[in-house]
Amino acid sequence: MLNKKAISIFMTIALIFVVLLAGCSSSSSSSNKDSGEGKTVIKFMHLWPEGSSNAQYKIVDSIIKDYEKEHSNVKIETEILGPDQYRDKIKVLAASNELPDVGMTWSEGFLKPYVEGNMFAPLDDVIERSGLKDSFIPGVKEAYAVDGKTYALPLEMNVSYVFYNKEIFKKYHLDVPNTYEDFKKIVKTLVDHNVVPVTVGNKEGWPGSLWWMYLVDRIGGPDVLTNAVDRQASFEDPALVKAAEEIQKLVDMGAFVKGNTGLSNDEAKGYFMNEQAAMFLTATWELPNYTTSPDVSQEFKDKVGYFKFPVYEGGKSDTSSYVGGPGVGLFVAEDSPVKEQAKDFVSYFVKKWGEKSVTEAGVIPGTKVDPSGKDLHQMYVDVLNDLNNASNVTTYVDVQMSPSVSDLHHNMITALFGKQVTPEKFCRKQEQALKEEEK
Amino acid sequence: MKNMMSNKVVIAFYVLPSLILITFLIFIPIVMTGYYGLMEWDGIGKMKFIGLENYIRLIHDDLFWSSTYHSFLLGIFSTVCLVFYLIISLILASKIKGADLLRKIYLIPMLLSSVAIAQLWLKIFDPTNGMMNKFLTIFGVDNPPAWLSEPKIVLYAIFVPIVWQYAGFYIIIYYAALKNVPEELIEAARIDGANPLQIAYKIKWPLISGVFKVTIVLALVGSLKYFDLIYVMTGGGPNGASEVMASYMYNEAFKKYHFGYGSAIGFALLVICLVMTWFIRRLTASNDNVHY
Repeated sequence: MLNKKAISIFMTIALIFVVLLAGCSSSSSSSNKDSGEGKTVIKFMHLWPEGSSNAQYKIVDSIIKDYEKEHSNVKIETEILGPDQYRDKIKVLAASNELPDVGMTWSEGFLKPYVEGNMFAPLDDVIERSGLKDSFIPGVKEAYAVDGKTYALPLEMNVSYVFYNKEIFKKYHLDVPNTYEDFKKIVKTLVDHNVVPVTVGNKEGWPGSLWWMYLVDRIGGPDVLTNAVDRQASFEDPALVKAAEEIQKLVDMGAFVKGNTGLSNDEAKGYFMNEQAAMFLTATWELPNYTTSPDVSQEFKDKVGYFKFPVYEGGKSDTSSYVGGPGVGLFVAEDSPVKEQAKDFVSYFVKKWGEKSVTEAGVIPGTKVDPSGKDLHQMYVDVLNDLNNASNVTTYVDVQMSPSVSDLHHNMITALFGKQVTPEKFCRKQEQALKEEEK
Repeated sequence: MKNMMSNKVVIAFYVLPSLILITFLIFIPIVMTGYYGLMEWDGIGKMKFIGLENYIRLIHDDLFWSSTYHSFLLGIFSTVCLVFYLIISLILASKIKGADLLRKIYLIPMLLSSVAIAQLWLKIFDPTNGMMNKFLTIFGVDNPPAWLSEPKIVLYAIFVPIVWQYAGFYIIIYYAALKNVPEELIEAARIDGANPLQIAYKIKWPLISGVFKVTIVLALVGSLKYFDLIYVMTGGGPNGASEVMASYMYNEAFKKYHFGYGSAIGFALLVICLVMTWFIRRLTASNDNVHY
């Protein structure tokens, strides 16, 4: 009797299991083409959730609505994840060959394995057809190219400036520096008056890397860094070592905020936002905080100015050269069943994004923007003009590197700022890693 | 009921659901991890079988051994702290005034999530604006260290919140064990003229030593695979100075995309934990049977 009962319970549970398992597998079969009243469905995954990136989310949403209006036979299904989850999920999807039709990707180091795995479709035909060819900022599109083919269309562009607190500068009678010597004098004055000259958060390494990259650019010219990563030159180039030496000289002077090797970028930013530090080298993604963001007091916003990284005496580049880099771009999956429609959507998206992103989200797009006739904060107008006149934008070196060397670079930067390595060793270790990877 | 439990089929049936879950969620992934450890794999492309190369590299990897050393330091540190927790529980269990309130206070860190604790202590440790350094400056320390930035200090600085985080957990375990010590025994000892110290050492300690042994295993193995606060507070930095085994595994697999090597580290971590557990059980097994 009991036995029978047990068996019946067992059967019930077994049945539940079967149903559960069946539920897991069936969801993927209903994807692609022709679901929902015979419409073409494009699956689109992006990384701007409504909560944390509201402005971007709204633009994306409105572009999708417009596109669906203009193409009544197309339906766009979005899946939205925060950047970190996005990064993880895209990898999992790629491994199981289930990439969305359209999605976002970072440039160079991130993109490369996907291209090599034949996951992304080349988009050169789209660029040609849609007339987007000349509308990108020089050097931006190339960041998404492998062997001369472009695999994603850039959406974001960031360049780095030194932002400074005008009030602190005024208090100690300081002017915006034109040369590196001037800059060091400013640092000295501020240190003498017990003000933190520069805040930088080196826990993750990349914020300090901006300083080093700019010094390399100013000392050795715009190409040395890219060449070193491309293996056309050595990473132990004198300019790279010299820049590392200059960093440690600044560290010795007390230029950087105390304990910076343990601070995250956000913590370091806090020092600038609370007016405890005079200068902060960061990229244009911070612009909204200094111009339009309702979360920052107007009083503080009025105090913020920016200057271009000063010129190094005897160096090989001037202030029209920038360190910067593209953020995310749009890719089309190679295996997408709706590839042509997806390509069309991508080019449509990039065009619309270029029109809306500056004014509505304060994001500098990868396409050229004419600031005239737009209701923009003066700082945006200046930055856009700078960009239109830029002679060169050196892509962030960690973006150019593979994930593994990039991680080493970040660790080495932390060590450089913490004086755990000598400038020579700093370069040698990275040279070794790059060399090893070449094999 | 007794009848039913003697039926092997029924026993198997009752065990089955959890057996299935454990197999799929724990045992199979363990085997898979060991298998991935034999591969060169970036997590996206094709896997390439390279035999034991990852494990050989592991043995020669200084960073792995330094992070293992850090993990063991944490293990020793947490184990030593167990003694303090035991003392606190002994005091709490001896019916002092406000013991109830204190017990609740000690439990608070347990209720916070790791990330909240990390944020809290990041603020405390902030080199210029942090509570710790403000405090030290008031007491005349001229140049207090930047706790999380100095390679020599960072590891010990980060041990403090870790130990603090788990204090309540162990105190509660000891407290419960002490409450289980029969009142009559203590009463009898007291009548025989034993002082509180003697009661604690001669009566209570032998009766809860079994629990203590379990907590040693918990603390040590927990420390060896510890990850949360290290990851959030320092990410293993600066330059590997606070890297532990689990954070090193994470960095290799998810930051550098060395999934094969990351899996090998994970597998090594498992082996080390198993060996340590066995070792401690051996070490403490000798006087396992105390009877009164």
